[in-house]
Amino acid sequence: MACILTFIEQRDGGIRKASLEALSEAHRLATANGLHVCAVLVGHGIAGKAAELGRYGAGAVFVADEEKLARYSSEGYAAALKLAVEKCQPSAVFLAATAMGRDLSGRIAARLGVGCIADVTHLGVEGGEFVAARPVYSGKAMATVDGGAAKPVVITLRPNVFPAAAGAGDAAVEMLAAITTPIRAVVREVVDAAGGELDVAEANVIVAGGRGMKGPENFALIRDLAHSLGGAVGASRAAVDAGWIEHSHQVGQTGKVVSPSLYVACGISGAIQHLAGMSSSKIIVAINKDPEAPIFKVADYGIIGDLFQVLPALTAEVKTLKAEA
Amino acid sequence: MNCCVLMAQVPDTASVIKVGAAGNRIDEAGIKWIVSPTDEYALEEAIRLKEAKGGSVTVISYGPEGADRTPQGLRECLARGADAAVHVKGGERTLGDSLTIARVLAEAVRKVGPFDLVLAGVKGVGTDNGLVGAMVAELLDLPHVADVTKLEIGDTKLTAHREIEGGAEVVDAPLPCLITAQKGLNEPRYPSLKGIMASKRVPIQAFAVADLGLDEAKLVGDEARSRWRSLALPQAKSGGSVIKGEEDPSGAAAQLARLLREQAKAI
Repeated sequence: MACILTFIEQRDGGIRKASLEALSEAHRLATANGLHVCAVLVGHGIAGKAAELGRYGAGAVFVADEEKLARYSSEGYAAALKLAVEKCQPSAVFLAATAMGRDLSGRIAARLGVGCIADVTHLGVEGGEFVAARPVYSGKAMATVDGGAAKPVVITLRPNVFPAAAGAGDAAVEMLAAITTPIRAVVREVVDAAGGELDVAEANVIVAGGRGMKGPENFALIRDLAHSLGGAVGASRAAVDAGWIEHSHQVGQTGKVVSPSLYVACGISGAIQHLAGMSSSKIIVAINKDPEAPIFKVADYGIIGDLFQVLPALTAEVKTLKAEA
Repeated sequence: MNCCVLMAQVPDTASVIKVGAAGNRIDEAGIKWIVSPTDEYALEEAIRLKEAKGGSVTVISYGPEGADRTPQGLRECLARGADAAVHVKGGERTLGDSLTIARVLAEAVRKVGPFDLVLAGVKGVGTDNGLVGAMVAELLDLPHVADVTKLEIGDTKLTAHREIEGGAEVVDAPLPCLITAQKGLNEPRYPSLKGIMASKRVPIQAFAVADLGLDEAKLVGDEARSRWRSLALPQAKSGGSVIKGEEDPSGAAAQLARLLREQAKAI
């Protein structure tokens, strides 16, 4: 019987939540369509993490555990992933649409000569084919896409969209043979962003500031609210281009695409290029003094007012509510 | 240092999107086409490398035969400082099929190369797949580094900073290599008047897909690797709860916090 193979991303031995989301979605689709669920874990010193993937629905886990795979390499990881594909002959390969998954998906699809559907927000199986929906053109349209006739189809799933669902279950663990491909592009070191701040691409809550923040010093108000909510600091292109905050915080078409449970847009007018990066957020809050700002059209909640007065008050309210809980 | 830049034309990000008659792609009437914004970073980096180390910059684009947009995009690249431009004619039906696009571009690079460095933007803005760079690298058996925000090039190798969640990977790779350019790599220049005038004298080389030894009808038929079945406009969101907070910002903040806790269950 055919299977869905999910690539499990780890960094420094920690399995990434976005991969557990992808694995859970594979399990959900497999259960509904009579498919097996396999997973592949690549890295070094990570074999001990394999069995726990059974709780997310994997029946079998293939493990590539080698020193030269300790850090990400598109060439090395694609070689290991291909070994797993040969073992289980999947009808689909799922990856989280993270920096690693987005990169690896292109390599492996080209190596296998198959299609890739990128950054999907909805998935189904129709007549034995995987059919996905994904936002295109800044979220101004949704495309329904399939992967053509070749199998397996490679699919990357947008983080924070599909729920991770842990249950009970055991996975059979199988070690893969050593890869033989030479690794030419080698990660020499991994540099953490200044301050080790939570990245917007991984955050469940994002508080973002735009042109209305008026200057870099006022991002402290954004940080205070973000920290009180346990979230990350985001920014619009206007704030990044003004030099108030680094590009790694930028949400939008030329920044990151995010899908948190809560997105608070402060002093952001809501240009279509910004909406492209955050419109799939579950709850959107807008704080802006301009009642005509387009951001209010996509917001679930909003305050028309002076963010320099609203933000400190909101931070205090959140702290009070959190303290009560 | 001979560089090749892979360039795509995309609808201006401010375009109004309508679904075309076929139901699975946009209505192109009235669309203004631009060089994909991330490709501008790739082109700028290639021009800077040429200025620092000599060599040349060749831009390759795969785009429709009948429309002006590909020659226009290529002229813009020449005006900014590219030396040669190649138009592979076709692609009307490859929409969103990254592997087909990569197969055509890889053969074009092989035909007009060799190059020390191939550059592309991280994604074609609009279709947002972000796959073509890694796919071309694989098809040409090149190493690659994606999402590059900083690049240093030596004679035989490069060091690139690649943006990842919460930081960056510092990657060493031998040349020839492929990189995809991310915002932050550089600040693209505007074409100069002199560049615009000079670009008009540079001939654009044109190839058919068949000239590359590929059968486009097959590539978009049996060998299609991704198909858009349908395209739909999302339903407009119905109005949210907006609180007027001009008079009493603290009261508005308290009301919002309560709604987020009790109604949205978001905090």
